[in-house]
Amino acid sequence: MSAVAPFTPDEMMTVAAARLLWDGCVCFVGIGVPSAAANLARQSHAPGIVLIYESGTIGTRPAVLPLSIGDGELADTATAVVSLPEIFAYWLQGGRIDVGFLGAAQIDRFGNLNSTVIGPYARPQTRLPGAGGAPEIATHARQTFVVLKHTPRAFVAVLPFVSTAGFLAGSGARARSAAPGAGPQVVITDLGLLRPAPDSEELTLVARYENTSVAQARAATGWPLRVADTVEVLPPPAPEELRVLRDLHERTRRAHARAVVLPAGP
Amino acid sequence: MSVAPVPLAQAIATHVADGACIALEGFTHAIPFAAGHEIIRQRRRDLHLVRMTPDLVYDQMIGMGCARMLTFSWGGNPGVGSAHRLRDAVENGWPRPLVLSEHSHAGLAAAYVAGASRLPFGVLRGYLGTDLPQVNDAVRSVTCPWTGEALAAVRAVNPDVTILHAPCADREGNVLLRGITGAHKEAALAARKLIVTVERVVAHLDAHLNSVVLPHWVVAAIAVVPGGAHPSYVQGCYDRDNAFYQRWDAISREREGFLRWMERYVLGTRDHGELLRALAADGVVRLAGGT
Repeated sequence: MSAVAPFTPDEMMTVAAARLLWDGCVCFVGIGVPSAAANLARQSHAPGIVLIYESGTIGTRPAVLPLSIGDGELADTATAVVSLPEIFAYWLQGGRIDVGFLGAAQIDRFGNLNSTVIGPYARPQTRLPGAGGAPEIATHARQTFVVLKHTPRAFVAVLPFVSTAGFLAGSGARARSAAPGAGPQVVITDLGLLRPAPDSEELTLVARYENTSVAQARAATGWPLRVADTVEVLPPPAPEELRVLRDLHERTRRAHARAVVLPAGP
Repeated sequence: MSVAPVPLAQAIATHVADGACIALEGFTHAIPFAAGHEIIRQRRRDLHLVRMTPDLVYDQMIGMGCARMLTFSWGGNPGVGSAHRLRDAVENGWPRPLVLSEHSHAGLAAAYVAGASRLPFGVLRGYLGTDLPQVNDAVRSVTCPWTGEALAAVRAVNPDVTILHAPCADREGNVLLRGITGAHKEAALAARKLIVTVERVVAHLDAHLNSVVLPHWVVAAIAVVPGGAHPSYVQGCYDRDNAFYQRWDAISREREGFLRWMERYVLGTRDHGELLRALAADGVVRLAGGT
């Protein structure tokens, strides 16, 4: 096996996100890339990570990725299954989550997220699914990771709707609100990583991949992107990371295509 | 007084009226699809639908014109994409305009807890810095009398009828919930009436002492509907039909294809058993012991 196997931008993004999670971390996981990255971490360098999905499944160890936030696989492999009021009130609002791991449709320069509408709320051009658990995950988790593809449509100067608060208007605005968590400490994209600047809290490109460039990131951002003095270059996916991730996706594809057997009716 | 099972059509005809506020709960798990289909067959109108995650069942009910209002916190096809019929109603008013009361999950969960507790509102440290309070009058602010902190207040949700699906009830009508129970219990107790569809009736629930059991005297009606959560699932009985959820994206994308599907499988069948046999005949599902 060669050191650098061919990989897709999605795989690079997922691997980069997984590397940020640590063993023993208590992670409140969103569906999609966050779920893939969190399970990649669990099956590689962070076997002791505690995964919590908002369906109330605590300490779950799915063998295949759930399609929905509440697949039976999550309950079957959980340490405990609790109700929704409990998961949000006691576990999330109770301050027991290290990392809230979210996706979004759109993000602005201060890490605020939109997953509600494109266009005016009352008559939107595109009605998106909505906020779900994200607003309170982003409020209460000690820190938030956000993962999304880096495009001008996703990285916008002005959000049509704020579904989930990041640093609000920046420069300490979040700290002056009642939000206990530290907010979006890293944004992982298919082009690199962004972190909030210490003063303004404006998202700043701090890392790229071997096969992506600062110029690409600038072009894919809908505002003049702030770039760190030194932009770290992250290594490509290791063969083992790719193998675990692809196995996970392959098992998932097979499981989701399987015909369901239902009880015969009366 | 025990609750004897009745046919689902009778339970819906008796308890679900046009214009009612109804909650078909089931957080991805144990969604009462059969009940939703029966409401469509009986052509209920002007319903206020409540549900944390209006996925396919509300997509179908909204697309068939049953709803005037939706209270929710996430509306899509989980892991797949848009709820196309919900989108069409919001974006284009088809087949009729839909009024939204939009929450976060934590907010709507608190509103159900308040409803079950017969309190006027629920309270949480939520919606901070979001635009949701600007578009939903059911989300306001309340001041802590001790610290002065501003907290989110959500108006209690008290549906006229909540409908759940569960693995089993016993002969008295006590209902066991198992697996992911979301806000099922809270929605059940927030409602004025509770209807439950179950996979089967058993002699004894064999429930662990701390199990989630809804006693028969909070249940207005029980209907036995095997497979009644499909394409959702029942923990320990059958799996979530993820292939169907993925297929629904193409079925529901255009109005015509959606209406054809609803005509064949819902309006064109008399009950859920017939619906499942039609799906099995078309190779969508397999029935135990059948082809």
